[in-house]
Amino acid sequence: MANSVNSDPATAIIAERGVIAQFARRKLALFGLFLVFLTLGAAIFAPWLTTFDPNEQMFDGLTLQGAPMPPGGPFALGTDLLGRDLLTRILYGARTSLIIGVAANGLALFIGTVVGVTAGYFRGWVGSVLMRLTDLMMAFPALLLAICLAAIFQPSLWIVALVIAIVYWVQTARVLFAETASLAEREFIAAERTLGASHTRILLKHILPHLVPTIIVWGTLGISTTVLLEATLSFLGVGVQPPTPSWGNIIFENQTYFQAAPWLVFFPGLAIVTLALAFNLVGDALREILDPTQRGRD
Amino acid sequence: MNDENNKLFGAQAPKSPSDTGLVLRVDHLAVSVNTEAGLKPLVHGLSFDLRRGETLAIAGESGSGKSLTSLAIMGLLPPPAVRVTGGSILFGQQELTTLGENALRQIRGNRIAMIFQEPMTSLNPVMKIGAQLAEAICAHEAISFQDARVRALEALKSVRLSEPEKRLDQFPHELSGGMRQRVMIAMAIALKPDILIADEPTTALDVTVQREVLDLLRDLQHEMGTAVILITHDMGVVAEMADRVLVMKGGHFVEENDVVSLFSNPQQAYTRDLLGAVPTLGDGSGVTRAGKPDESTLVAELENVVVQFDVRSGILGRITHRVHAVENVSLNICKGEIFSLVGESGCGKSTIAKAMVGLVKHSGRIRINGNEISAPHGEMTNQVRRDIQMVFQDPMASLDPRMRVGELVREPLVIHGVGTMREQKEKVDYLFERVGLSRDQTERYPHEFSGGQRQRICIARALALNPKLIIADESVSALDVTVQAKVLELLKELVSEMGVSFLFISHDMAVVENISDRVGVMYLGQIVEMGSCRQIFGTPRHSYTKKLISAVPTPDPNRERQPLARLVGDVPSPVKPLNETVSHVELKNVGNGHMIAVEGTIGQSNN
Repeated sequence: MANSVNSDPATAIIAERGVIAQFARRKLALFGLFLVFLTLGAAIFAPWLTTFDPNEQMFDGLTLQGAPMPPGGPFALGTDLLGRDLLTRILYGARTSLIIGVAANGLALFIGTVVGVTAGYFRGWVGSVLMRLTDLMMAFPALLLAICLAAIFQPSLWIVALVIAIVYWVQTARVLFAETASLAEREFIAAERTLGASHTRILLKHILPHLVPTIIVWGTLGISTTVLLEATLSFLGVGVQPPTPSWGNIIFENQTYFQAAPWLVFFPGLAIVTLALAFNLVGDALREILDPTQRGRD
Repeated sequence: MNDENNKLFGAQAPKSPSDTGLVLRVDHLAVSVNTEAGLKPLVHGLSFDLRRGETLAIAGESGSGKSLTSLAIMGLLPPPAVRVTGGSILFGQQELTTLGENALRQIRGNRIAMIFQEPMTSLNPVMKIGAQLAEAICAHEAISFQDARVRALEALKSVRLSEPEKRLDQFPHELSGGMRQRVMIAMAIALKPDILIADEPTTALDVTVQREVLDLLRDLQHEMGTAVILITHDMGVVAEMADRVLVMKGGHFVEENDVVSLFSNPQQAYTRDLLGAVPTLGDGSGVTRAGKPDESTLVAELENVVVQFDVRSGILGRITHRVHAVENVSLNICKGEIFSLVGESGCGKSTIAKAMVGLVKHSGRIRINGNEISAPHGEMTNQVRRDIQMVFQDPMASLDPRMRVGELVREPLVIHGVGTMREQKEKVDYLFERVGLSRDQTERYPHEFSGGQRQRICIARALALNPKLIIADESVSALDVTVQAKVLELLKELVSEMGVSFLFISHDMAVVENISDRVGVMYLGQIVEMGSCRQIFGTPRHSYTKKLISAVPTPDPNRERQPLARLVGDVPSPVKPLNETVSHVELKNVGNGHMIAVEGTIGQSNN
C-alpha cells in the first residue's frame, strides 16, 4: 500500500500529531521515561559505571566478623553476604531484569493476545477449546508448572524467560478474550461484516487497534510481575542461576539477613518498584495518547 | 397569559382561584461547565414562571440545555464540573440555588419529583416494585413501611397498572417498558408533589404506549393540580400536552408563548424551522419525488422468510423456548423504490434487515437482484454483497472510532478491490460532496462530527459500491428533527438520481409517510398490512395499522384527538415454548396491491 502510514490508525496518529510532542507535555510520563532510560543505561553501561566485578568476592568486602559492609565507604551501597559490591550487582542485575521483563513479558503478551483475540472473536468450539485451555492453565499452580518446566530444561536466562511467558500469558488471554468478545458485538463490526470484510481484515484493522491500550497497560503491569516471578524462581533455585545477579535473586539470597543488613533487600527492592512504576507511568500516558476518542475533547 | 391559560385549561378541568399561584420562578438562570479552558456557559440567562396546575413544555433539540435546566431545578447537576453560575430559582419562597444538599433532599421527590427517559435504568433492578415505592415514601414521611406499602398500592392503582397487588412483588425486568414508566410516574406522584418534571418521559416508548402514558399524565395532572415541566424534543407531544411552550436552542432562550399561539404564529425563525421540520402525518398523498419506481425490475424478493432464535435455559442449557422474531414474511422491492417496514419494538422489522445481509440465520428465500442468498447462514458472493448495503441506527456505533472517516468510506472499495488508490480517493471525495460534506473533512475521526454528519458518512459509505438496495434501519431515529428532515431529503434525492432502492425501517409513522412509496406494517413478526403509502395512510384497513396511526401525536394543538381504545394488557410475547407454533396470517389483496391480514388470527398460538 502506498500510504501504509495512513492505513494503520495507531501509526497514523504517531505520524500526524506526534506522540513525542504530546508525551512531552506530560511531566509524570517524562519522569517515567527518564527512569526507564536510567535502568536501560545502567544495564548497558554497567561495566563503565563501576570498577568492581559483580561476582568477585572481595576480601575487604566483609567486616572482620564476616558480616556484610553497610552502605558508605568504598562500597556505595554496601556489600552482600559473600563480600560482593551491591551496587555493581544491582547494575548488572538490571540486564537480567530488563531481558526477563521485555522478552518474557513480550512473549506472554503475544501468546495471550493470539489466544484471547481468536477465542473472543470466533467463539464457538474454537473459543471453547482455547478458553478451557486457559482455565486449565489458571487452575494449575503457576509456580509448580514453572518449577516443572525449569527442571526439565537446563535453567538459563532465556529458558527462564520462556517458562515465565508460558505461565504468564493466561491473564492477558482472559482480559483480551472478554474485551474482544464485547468488541465483536459492537455495531461497527456488524457494519464491517455487511460490507463483506474478511475475518483477517476485521481482526487486524478493527479489533486489534482497539485492544492496543489494554495491551500496553498489561504490558507495563506485566513487567513488574515477571520481574517478581523471575525472583521467585531464582529463589527456588530454578531461575537465573547464581552467580549471575538479578534483582530478584539478590533479595532472596539476602533475605535471611534482612534485620541485620536491611540495605541488601531495600536497594534491589527499590530498583524493582522504580522500574515497575516507570513502566506504569509510560504505559498510562501512551494509552491516553493512543486512544483518539480521548483526544480533542473540551 | 393567565387568561389564555384559563381558557385552555378551563374547558377540561374546573380550577380553583389558587391555581393561578406561582410555584416556580426561574430568573436569569445560567449553568456553566468547568473545562480546562475555563468556564463554558451551557445555559444563558433563562427565565420562566410556572403556575400551579399548568404544563410548561421546554422544547428544543439535543444540546439546547433543556435537560440541564431541569437538573438545575432539582439540584442534580453533576458536580463538580457543571454548576449554576448565575440567576435564581425560586420555589415558592425558597431559593433553590443556594440551598444545601440536606435541605434539597427534603424537596426532591417530595415537593419536586422527576420522571426520567429510560424507565429501566431509573429503577433499581434488584428491588421489588413495592419496596422501591415504599422506600421513596418513607424517605419523606414519617410512616411505617407497612403504611407506605399501602400508599404505594394506591399510587400503582392511580396510574392504572393492571393487577397492582401483583406488581408490588415483581421486579422491574418483569414489567414492560410502558408499565415501568407507569411505576416511575407512580413513584413521582405518590407524595403529591407541587412540581413534576418529566424529562422525555415517552421518548423510549412505542407510539401506542406513549399515547397511554401521555393520557395518564394529563389525567393525573388534572386530578391533582400538579404543575408539570415537560421536557421533550417532540413537537407532537408538546402540542398534545402543553399549556405553554418555551423553545430553547444551544442554551439560549428562543421563544415562549402559549401553545396555540406558538404553533399558529411562531415569532422566531428558529421556531418556524423547528415546526417546519416536524414530519406530519397526512393521508399518504404528500409524497413528491422526481422519478417513479421501475416496477418491472425487482431488487429484493423475500419469500416466506422465517427467523427464529432459540432460548436456552436450565443447567443443561437445553432449548426450552423459541423467539419467533420473523414469521413467514414475503415482500418485493422494486428498483428505485423506497419500501418502509413500520412497527413497534420487537415486531421483527430489524431482524428482517439482518437476515437480508446475513447477520442472522434465516429460512425461506431471499433474493437480491436475482441472486439467491443461501439459507440458513446467508452466505453470498461478493457481487451480491456489493448490491446490498446497510445504514444502521446509531452512526457513532457503526463507525469504527479509531479510523479516519475518509478511510471508512474508502473501505468498501478496498475490501472489494475496486479501482486504484487514486480512483478510490476520488470516489471518496465525490461521495463526501454528494452527501453534503466537504472533502477536507476526510482526515477527521468520527467523534469530531455531529450526529447528522455521521449519518451522512454512513450513507456515503453505503453508496461507495453503487449498491442496488440500501437498508436504512432506524437511520434517522436518533437525529434531531431539523437534521432528520435534511437527511430524509438526501435519501429521496439519491433514489431519484442514482436509481437505488431503499428498505427503510422505522417506528416513526410520520417519517415513513413522508418518505415511502410502499409500506409494510409489521406486528409480532408478521406483515399485517402492506400497500402503497396512500393506501396505508389514506385508507388503513387493519385494526393495528389504525391504532398505530391514531396514536401518533399531532403537532397541532387545535386538533381534536380521537379517543383511543385502551389496550388490554400488553403486546403478546413472540417467545413461545418449543411445542407451540405460531399461526401465520393470510394476506388478502383488496385491490391495487393493498394487502391486509385476515383479522383475529395473530397473537394466538396453536398447541
